[in-house]
Amino acid sequence: MASTLAIISSNKIDQRFALLRATRRKALVCYVTSGYPSEDQCLELLRGLETEGADIIEIGVPFSDPIADGPVIQDSSQKALAAGMTLEKTLDIVSRADLTVPVVLFTYLNPLLAAGPDVLERASAAGVDGILLTDLPVGADPDREKWLGDSDLAFIRLVAPTTPVDRMREIALNGSGFVYLISRLGVTGAQSSLASDLRETSDRLRSATDLPICVGFGISNGEQARAAASAADGVVVGSALVKAAGESIDKALSLTRSLRTALDS
Amino acid sequence: MHAAPEKTMTAISTHDRFGPFGGRYVPETLIPALDELDSAFDSAMADAEFVRTVDEMLSTYVGRPSPLSDAPRLSEQVGTSVFLKREDLNHTGAHKINNTVGQALLAMRMGKRRIIAETGAGQHGVATATVCARFGLDCTVYMGEEDIRRQSLNVYRMKLMGAKVVPVSSGTKTLKDATSEAIRDWVTNVNDSYYIIGSVVGPAPYPRMVREFQSVIGREAREQMLNRTGKLPTAVVACVGGGSNAMGIFHPFEDDRDVKLIGVEAAGHGLESGEHSASLLRGKPGVLHGTLSYLLQDGDGQVHPAHSISAGLDYPGVGPEHAWLKDSGRAEYVAVTDEDALRGFATLSRLEGIIPALETSHAIAWVIDNASRWIKSDSVLICVSGRGDKDMAQIAEMGFLDR
Ligand SMILES: Cc1ncc(COP(=O)(O)O)c(C=O)c1O
Repeated sequence: MASTLAIISSNKIDQRFALLRATRRKALVCYVTSGYPSEDQCLELLRGLETEGADIIEIGVPFSDPIADGPVIQDSSQKALAAGMTLEKTLDIVSRADLTVPVVLFTYLNPLLAAGPDVLERASAAGVDGILLTDLPVGADPDREKWLGDSDLAFIRLVAPTTPVDRMREIALNGSGFVYLISRLGVTGAQSSLASDLRETSDRLRSATDLPICVGFGISNGEQARAAASAADGVVVGSALVKAAGESIDKALSLTRSLRTALDS
Repeated sequence: MHAAPEKTMTAISTHDRFGPFGGRYVPETLIPALDELDSAFDSAMADAEFVRTVDEMLSTYVGRPSPLSDAPRLSEQVGTSVFLKREDLNHTGAHKINNTVGQALLAMRMGKRRIIAETGAGQHGVATATVCARFGLDCTVYMGEEDIRRQSLNVYRMKLMGAKVVPVSSGTKTLKDATSEAIRDWVTNVNDSYYIIGSVVGPAPYPRMVREFQSVIGREAREQMLNRTGKLPTAVVACVGGGSNAMGIFHPFEDDRDVKLIGVEAAGHGLESGEHSASLLRGKPGVLHGTLSYLLQDGDGQVHPAHSISAGLDYPGVGPEHAWLKDSGRAEYVAVTDEDALRGFATLSRLEGIIPALETSHAIAWVIDNASRWIKSDSVLICVSGRGDKDMAQIAEMGFLDR
């Protein structure tokens, strides 16, 4: 039933997961910090990620106080902010990138609130397909959650290893697109190994929802991506890509290529 | 308010909210821990044995009740009776320890033995390190590099008592960034760690919990004023950083509608300079560190760095209950510049032999500079939130005595 719905959905994220399911592939979700390393390079990176096989691109609108992020994304956010990046400029970048793959806006609540009540329509018009807020857990602010849930954007919610199964169900019911499963306790950042209880957590989440599940936080190479994807419908790679992009766009793209290859093998 | 959508500005206070302010805007990982904390706090406060243990610690270790001092020479200068609630005389020299005693006992009741804290002036860090030493708890304190420089004496004190002080070099390198880093630690070690927040900020239940632990200030002061003067004060004045000493002294007076509650923010280089910490007077509602409250921010919703001569007031946010006291009109908020605070600092030292913390000096200065608001038969109660020892190096470095 979920897949039938997905096929007729007008949202590009749902369509992408329907396609992935039909071709039995796992989703590669790539995170970039908007405006990092520079506005032009970010644009080049977005287009390159699409070419190298990203299924979904998350673009992070930098926030001055990113409590859910580790050192790599903190640093990229600070640099992007110092160079003048904003939510408005991010929408402009998304619009100029004109991607075929779906785009998810990834940010904190405050920059979104400051952008005014029509920001969700403007994001949608710029080519954004979904939104993810790290500091708006389910039930925290029903009115604002309704505002987000009623928009055209898929509202991607997060599940943590600490989330009880009843709450997982509630989170899935109040989200769309996919469920973002945080792989381990902590903030974003590459790790040398996956959490040992990942499989257990994803099994619990699987029992709670039909939405696609993507695992993120700490995945940094092809081997980890493959292992994590075996417990889910896809993986999110963030800090490792941002770190590579800080060195060169080529490095970030070759990492993407190796992630794609690992997921498809 | 600038935040969308408008209709969320309801004025109903719930368990988690003060009017529309407060809430729990945190990463999902922390939600079960906040649920657990919320019920653990409520059950502890309903347990007479826990409350008795807190009271006993406050009396035998902190030195409570703290005295209420009259201030004859300051009163003469102001032209009304000024009374000083002496939180500076608490063990460790500030009101902060009222909260850390309560929260450390709660942490132990919850079976957590690793404590995390953030600190600005270092007073909360010292108060946390102190109770951790007393109870044998593991203690990690996050502190901005800029504050480590400004408050080196407190860094030394924390280390002496066995705490690990972790310098924070991100962002503005002050309290705001130390708080972010403490939250990140908590998200990572949530199963075995307890985060002792140092003010009435952060996600629910912290603002309510810290207020409850600090309310001992106001409960004592209210009774002391009645005993001493036979009536309630005309006004209660306290400095506001995150707002814990102010909430602590305000709360027991909230239902005394005739008592004016006045919170003094840091105007830094002046409210028009853009370099201040006056979140309530110059901020807009927004979300920082898990709570919706007044916040210094730019038009893009990026947090604007705060400035104050006193590290303890140098925070761009403020407790959500103050936001509601302001919007509901129950409290009035004003601000005092760095320069004026220094005058308050010198005045209290010379007139009363009490050297206040630079934070407290803002409240002192405001009362002095607003003498015309009072008549002789009034009485003004000031919360002396802390003593100035920690500020001596900074003051001496400024060549204060030679000016
Ligand atoms: C002496 C003193 N007063 C006031 C403050 C400000 O905090 P709050 O507004 O929470 O009382 C501090 C903070 O460090 C402090 O040390």
